[in-house]
Amino acid sequence: MTTTVSTTIPAVFVPASGLRHQVRATVVVWQREMIRFTRDPARMLSALIQPVLFLFVLGSGLSSLVRAGTGSVDFRTFLFPGVLATSVLFTAAFAGISMVWDREFGFLREMLVAPVSSTAILTGKCLGGATVATLQSLVILALAGTVGVPYSPVMMVELVGLLFLMAFLITALGLVLAARVKQVQSAMPLVQLIITPLMFLSGALFPLSGLPTWLNLVTKLNPMTYAVEPLRSVIFDRLRLDAVSRLRLDPGIRWGSWSVPVSLQVTLVAAVCLVLLSIAVAMFARTE
Amino acid sequence: MEFPDAAVRVRGLVKRFKEVEAVSGIDLDVHPGETFGFLGPNGAGKSTTIKILCTLTDATAGTAEVAGFDVATERNAVRRHIGLVFQEPTLDAYLTAEQNLRFHGELYGVDRRTAASRRTEVLAMVGLQDRRSSRVQTYSGGMRRRLEIARGLLHSPRVLFLDEPTIGLDPQTRASIWDYLRELHRREDITVFVTTHYMDEAENCDRIAIMNAGRIVALDTPDALKAAVGADRVSITTADDGAAIRALDEQFHLPAAVREGAVSFAVADGAAFVPQLFARLPVPIQSVTVTRPSLDDVFLSYAGTTIRDAERTAGPNPMAIFAGRGR
Repeated sequence: MTTTVSTTIPAVFVPASGLRHQVRATVVVWQREMIRFTRDPARMLSALIQPVLFLFVLGSGLSSLVRAGTGSVDFRTFLFPGVLATSVLFTAAFAGISMVWDREFGFLREMLVAPVSSTAILTGKCLGGATVATLQSLVILALAGTVGVPYSPVMMVELVGLLFLMAFLITALGLVLAARVKQVQSAMPLVQLIITPLMFLSGALFPLSGLPTWLNLVTKLNPMTYAVEPLRSVIFDRLRLDAVSRLRLDPGIRWGSWSVPVSLQVTLVAAVCLVLLSIAVAMFARTE
Repeated sequence: MEFPDAAVRVRGLVKRFKEVEAVSGIDLDVHPGETFGFLGPNGAGKSTTIKILCTLTDATAGTAEVAGFDVATERNAVRRHIGLVFQEPTLDAYLTAEQNLRFHGELYGVDRRTAASRRTEVLAMVGLQDRRSSRVQTYSGGMRRRLEIARGLLHSPRVLFLDEPTIGLDPQTRASIWDYLRELHRREDITVFVTTHYMDEAENCDRIAIMNAGRIVALDTPDALKAAVGADRVSITTADDGAAIRALDEQFHLPAAVREGAVSFAVADGAAFVPQLFARLPVPIQSVTVTRPSLDDVFLSYAGTTIRDAERTAGPNPMAIFAGRGR
């Protein structure tokens, strides 16, 4: 591949693009998210403040008030899966929306002009956001014992898996938003605008039983509901409580009279992940 | 020889935005191994052309090949064989120089066995090897631009595109960037395609194309372009300027005038004319200056306006419309 000119720097070999190349691109985008995460400890800490406040301040404050309703279960125990969910929400959303900053500082262009698919790059971004958010939620997970949730190893593994999936979903959602938002200053308010309703309408902070009709409908249309409910189900499986309390606090998700199995809920969330990622890929491919 | 006979080949290239025609049908051949300068005022269509060549935007009509690959149909092949340095910075300032290069190498699928030594060598070439572990946010503007050039070279591209690589840099840093680009030619087998609107920088190019209002109005070596513009300008200071002007008219039939304190006139080959001047002019000469036409004069003659006036009247930059819509 060299002609007559003598070179003192050996040319490197760039193999034809294949799956291996795409995977390498995905991994390096993921690694960049990891590096940036470790460089920003303030972001890590601030993202943990809200879930801790929910669990220990809101949870403790309301527990005496709602004792009649939760029976033998501590309100904070009930709240724990919801708080786990909120602990990944903002970090994951931020990881997705950070594409707006990448665009502002030009790095998005460095990524999009490479001879690699935008699917590989955005998948790396989603995996990065999901990893960072899941790592962060481990801090909350470690607090399980303080609110009466047993440290069952199998449960922990299941929870980490479910949190990762949920964080992937939210990061992909953040990427879809980032494809539309061009202004850095409108990115964070938009995240608040989208994420806060998703959280409140997901049953993260209240049981899905006995809701008014409109709220019942909205929670069932919210994909976050299907990401939160498996967390609660996995935790409640390890608690010793009577059938009546379980039914009141963790009624599961019903479509009409049919109770949606947890496996289907997880499948639904995974499907929404893929749909959002595909939308983001299509939108980013169009913009450059 | 595996190289195609042209590093860049453009035929009938047109790019229209909604109301603006940024590129109005250009033809271009860039030879392998040369430094090709693309000159013109802001809004002339340089950036649009370079974006088409780099597969960042589609042409409305016409064809373009880079390193032998079609920019429309062999997009990834083109991307693998070109290096890009944009006007705007595209580094991650939170990462170190080394990390930025590693990221680039993985994204371009550079062979891992040679990637590390290649990183070291491109960093050494732009003089950043000592700062490789520093975060880019601690770098000056000139250092960042050098790192971008190093990164553009990391995957051994055949053609390096630089879009206004010296814009916003101080004159000293601008000169050093060109030193690195010259050094690059000594060490790598590469074609350099560079846009600039600094006429003095175009002197560093083997050939230049002047673009104005979407068209290429001139394409040749800087010397040939200047020669085509015509006469050199000779300025002399004498003991008696009035007598000198009369003598020039009588002896050589050259109209002369006093400009900026010197007797000034135009003549075809100024250097060869000076000995005759001394032999035949009856007025003592104190000093002589011969000025070759500058690329500014070249631009003036082809575009009918100076580059600065062209920029003032170019109106809205078509790329601004593109950026607003595309991003």
